[in-house]
Amino acid sequence: MAYPDHLEALNKAFSGIGVDENSLISIVANSNHEHKKSFRKGCSKLFIEDQNGFERMDQSIIKNLKLEFKRFRDAVVLSLLHPWERDARLIEKAMKKGQKHYDVIVEIACTRSSNELLGARKAYHSLFHHSVEEHLATHVKGCERKLLVALVSAYRYEGPKVNEDVVKSEAEILSNAIKNADKRKPIEDEDTIMILATRSKPHLKAVYEHYNKICDKSLTEDLEAEGILKDTVECLCTPETYFTRILDAGLSVDGDEESKRAVTRVIVTQREALVKEGYAPNKIQGILTGHYKDFILGSLAREEMNKPL
Amino acid sequence: MATIDVPNQVSFLEDAEALRKACQGWGTDEKAIISVLGHRNAAQRKQIRLAYEELYQEDLIKRLESELSGDFERAVYRWILDPADRDAVLANVAIRKSSPDHHVIIEISCTRSPEELLAVRRAYQARYKHSLEEDVAAHTKGDIRKLLVALVSAFRYDGEEINTRLANSEAETLHDAIKDKAFNHEEVIRILSTRSKMQLMATFNRYRDNQSTSITKNLPGASGDEFLLALRTAVRCLNDPKKYFEKVLRSSIKRTGTDEDALTRVIVTRAEKDLKEIKNLYYKRNSVPLDQAVAKDTSGDYKAFLLTLMGKED
Repeated sequence: MAYPDHLEALNKAFSGIGVDENSLISIVANSNHEHKKSFRKGCSKLFIEDQNGFERMDQSIIKNLKLEFKRFRDAVVLSLLHPWERDARLIEKAMKKGQKHYDVIVEIACTRSSNELLGARKAYHSLFHHSVEEHLATHVKGCERKLLVALVSAYRYEGPKVNEDVVKSEAEILSNAIKNADKRKPIEDEDTIMILATRSKPHLKAVYEHYNKICDKSLTEDLEAEGILKDTVECLCTPETYFTRILDAGLSVDGDEESKRAVTRVIVTQREALVKEGYAPNKIQGILTGHYKDFILGSLAREEMNKPL
Repeated sequence: MATIDVPNQVSFLEDAEALRKACQGWGTDEKAIISVLGHRNAAQRKQIRLAYEELYQEDLIKRLESELSGDFERAVYRWILDPADRDAVLANVAIRKSSPDHHVIIEISCTRSPEELLAVRRAYQARYKHSLEEDVAAHTKGDIRKLLVALVSAFRYDGEEINTRLANSEAETLHDAIKDKAFNHEEVIRILSTRSKMQLMATFNRYRDNQSTSITKNLPGASGDEFLLALRTAVRCLNDPKKYFEKVLRSSIKRTGTDEDALTRVIVTRAEKDLKEIKNLYYKRNSVPLDQAVAKDTSGDYKAFLLTLMGKED
């Protein structure tokens, strides 16, 4: 029995995002009492010496392990759900979790097509017996409320037609709202909300471009301090940038749990777009592990196979 | 209940031919047009248009637009459109007025079912290449804008469930908001534009129980405040749409000079829905049958067409 190897393998099985189920089976299932004792003594990542003479697994470690084991399951379920149900559930969960998770609501409201968002609203009726705007309007108490309700209620025109004059004047309006940020938060500015929540995406992309011209900085840069308002603009005008940012954060070594969850969400919901952009799977390869890794890589590969030759 | 009288057997080809015949030659046979179109429901009218297009390679609507004129033409045009398309046209007309017709927008967004409103939004995009909410937002300002955009964007839950505790607390919220003339508009808009219709009716009932007076009485109709007026319309449409439509009809006829826009709009949009009940309400309120009042105040083909939609036998 190559004990140091097994210890190293055990540590490795618990590193990264997800867990290496196969290694765990071959190491742990086959271990006897003595082996496990050695593991506990040697695996400082998981066990600490307790004053009462045993090796204890810390509560936070148990919690983290549960999350890592669960990752594969959550990815599969999310993948199986009808997109409408999936999005409705994601919104409801984010809303319940509170302010730090409102960016998920923005992501869904702003990156889905008009009909996909409508579908999510219908699913919300079926699942939660209320309209999504009704729940948001009651649960979100702070300054984000108006923007969030407006964004989920949108049924944007999806044609390419854009009126240049309106683009210019609306870029000005946004610029003024940002300049006056010390007097009133842009997220509470009615005109800003109306523009971002009702205009078509091609129109908003043109506004984004024009803003860059007149202000020398991009709209997202100038909204850096404005929380979900920045996410809104990013999702509507430069979604690729938004998703890349989210994935990079989630796949980094020191990403937090929410960032890691975002990886599952983004890859499951944005498969087509990611493959089209050629999002590099090697990044994923290095950090993910186990069934979770296989599932994620498999999702992206399958999409590859669906592409026309 | 609907008032239009539709025959059991209908041949779309024959109807198309009859309409073609009515439009040929020197004059137009308006009576023939009324006797066909005035007795067909929405699904049938759509089939007739398709049959006409196939037979004569021409859009029936365009043909009628060129043959007819005045109030009669406007009424027939609105009648022949698909209900969702019709509402989209009505909304657009209301928005584009130099002083937008807020109450028409409120009427459409509050009296149609959630699915119907979605269909209107789709039809609006198809026709005008903008979203309905975008156009409403671009043509209105201030609190009115917030209210109207919220109302047209709503996709209300369609269920029967009522939360009585919530109805009570929101009735209180509404009361407080109305009482301080320095309104908390945000809360009023939130409640009126997001709650399901059943929940809202429960709320309005609680309001009446708590305050011993209906909420509409506390939103005076004669005030000059645009926002208050809009709120009042919204509440009336949500609370009791038939009663609201009766009032619109009554006002449209009563005035010196008839408001043909409103008269046409209500009759055309409700003839296949609940015009019968509205007629009953009208009679109860005015001791005069609606048919009689309309006949007195209109004339010619326009009058004949309206009366046909209201169920008059030829």
